[in-house]
Amino acid sequence: MNKRLEEYFVEKGLFITAIFSIIVILLIIAFIFREGFPIFQEYGFLNFIFGMDWAPSDGQYGVFTMIIGSLCITILALIMAVPLSILCAIFMAEIAPPTMTKILKPVIETLAGIPSVVYGFFGLIVLVPFVRVQFGGTGFSMLTASIILTVMILPTIISVSVDALRSVPLEYKEASLALGATQWQTIKNVIFPAAIPGVITAIILGMGRAVGETLAVIMVAGNVTQIPGSIMDPVRALTSNIALEMGYATGLHYNALFGTAVVLFLMIMVLLVIANYYHYKKKVVIGGGYL
Amino acid sequence: MDSKLKFGIIIIIIIIILIGAYLLFKPGFQYDRIEIAGSTSVQPVAEKLAEVYMKEHPNVKINVQGGGSGLGIRTTEQGIVNIGTSSKPLKSDEKDGIQEYVIGKDGIVIAVNLENGVSDLSKEQIKDIYNGNITNWEKVGGADAEIHVVVRESGSGTLSSFNALVMNKTKIRSDAIVQGSTEGVKQAVKQDPYAIGFVSLSHMSNDVKTLEIGGITPLETTISDGSYTLQVPFEFLTKGDPQGATKEFIDWVFSLEGQSIIRSEKIVPAIGNVSDDVGITF
Repeated sequence: MNKRLEEYFVEKGLFITAIFSIIVILLIIAFIFREGFPIFQEYGFLNFIFGMDWAPSDGQYGVFTMIIGSLCITILALIMAVPLSILCAIFMAEIAPPTMTKILKPVIETLAGIPSVVYGFFGLIVLVPFVRVQFGGTGFSMLTASIILTVMILPTIISVSVDALRSVPLEYKEASLALGATQWQTIKNVIFPAAIPGVITAIILGMGRAVGETLAVIMVAGNVTQIPGSIMDPVRALTSNIALEMGYATGLHYNALFGTAVVLFLMIMVLLVIANYYHYKKKVVIGGGYL
Repeated sequence: MDSKLKFGIIIIIIIIILIGAYLLFKPGFQYDRIEIAGSTSVQPVAEKLAEVYMKEHPNVKINVQGGGSGLGIRTTEQGIVNIGTSSKPLKSDEKDGIQEYVIGKDGIVIAVNLENGVSDLSKEQIKDIYNGNITNWEKVGGADAEIHVVVRESGSGTLSSFNALVMNKTKIRSDAIVQGSTEGVKQAVKQDPYAIGFVSLSHMSNDVKTLEIGGITPLETTISDGSYTLQVPFEFLTKGDPQGATKEFIDWVFSLEGQSIIRSEKIVPAIGNVSDDVGITF
């Protein structure tokens, strides 16, 4: 009886902890949608999403420039971060001698632990003047924000990719080497293709961090609500818009900021679905399961 | 026992604990409450005043909120708050039945990089720079370089004061760099020789250059006597004459102690003979 009671409590306890995160996320979603709903009702969903002007003082609430801003910053950051981090992960997982890994791993983990305000401040003090002197303009630009984001998402992509590469069964590698393939051929044709689903997960996590990053982007992106003509133009991200104006917003402006959060939420959902589709498509089937 | 019943009992226990915790930490009712809401520029000073006042008068609870000068005026009129705050003088149609108390004044300082050769602009020139009519420093006596305009985010008290004082109903150019804080504006100006920005006098420091407006440097004295025109009054508003705890608090704000707290927040005090222990330094 006692044992059964214990079993029961452990089971239910674990169940509650497991559904707790689901409850929290459902509450957050419900709250965001409830607070954002009035703006869609009064301003029109399409007007809100495709509106080019954001001027709360004049009653203009169009977030299209910021959707483009968020997308461009994220894509540019991924273009820079993905090759760098995947090559770094391959080096760490397959080539680096153990002592080298011992140094690299903690350093990369430290990079992940630095608070984003520090990255932002570094960007503002060092990167913005550098970009201004090298490329002209004000220095506050899409490129500057992307460079900062690249550095911020590198550790995420690297560490998850390393785990994916390490989890490829040793037999694959042994078989390939036994067939006379060189180490590079083995990595290129056997280990990396087998690890691709894990690498895609790593990229998804990195992308999530890039889309959601707020503080560092506010400090270096310039926050101008315009469609960027080049990567040297300042842009405003969706997250920045919320954080910049939340302190003062009342009435419809307040709802518009929650509307921005709804748009951000939908955007992340779409990106996740796309990424998960590729994750599923590239899976490697061994026996019954897949890696 | 039925497992569903047990599960229900657990949930009820959790709810009881939560309600108990809420009742335990719920604030009591025996306090004199003063609600303050309004200008985000006045908010930090009001919070500081409230903090010191509550320490000295433990039976008073003061709650300070932002929302903007407009909200401060509106909620005072409707009697929702005891004290509304505003960082702009009331218009004649808003004055109806509202008492204004200027507790101090702040200035808006136009800041440029230390390397910038320009040291004096007229209000008209600043307006033209911000609305995009002037885009090169050469036009206002500086080097031949593009002007990089830095502004605050919409909703900021400093931005709305700047709009009211300088822009004269014209619009700030839409491609101006937006910074989310006074420190952000200062950093942007500090690292770029061709940037221009505005910050409040209370946040000014000597790592950026203060511009004179029509030959007058923003100082405590020039703001106090009104010769530096880019200034913002910090006002407390009450509906009718203040009563009870609210009156005591406002009287205290105008006492030597209250005014020296205002001064220690680097706001120019409303009365002249405040102790000189904390000066405004650049």
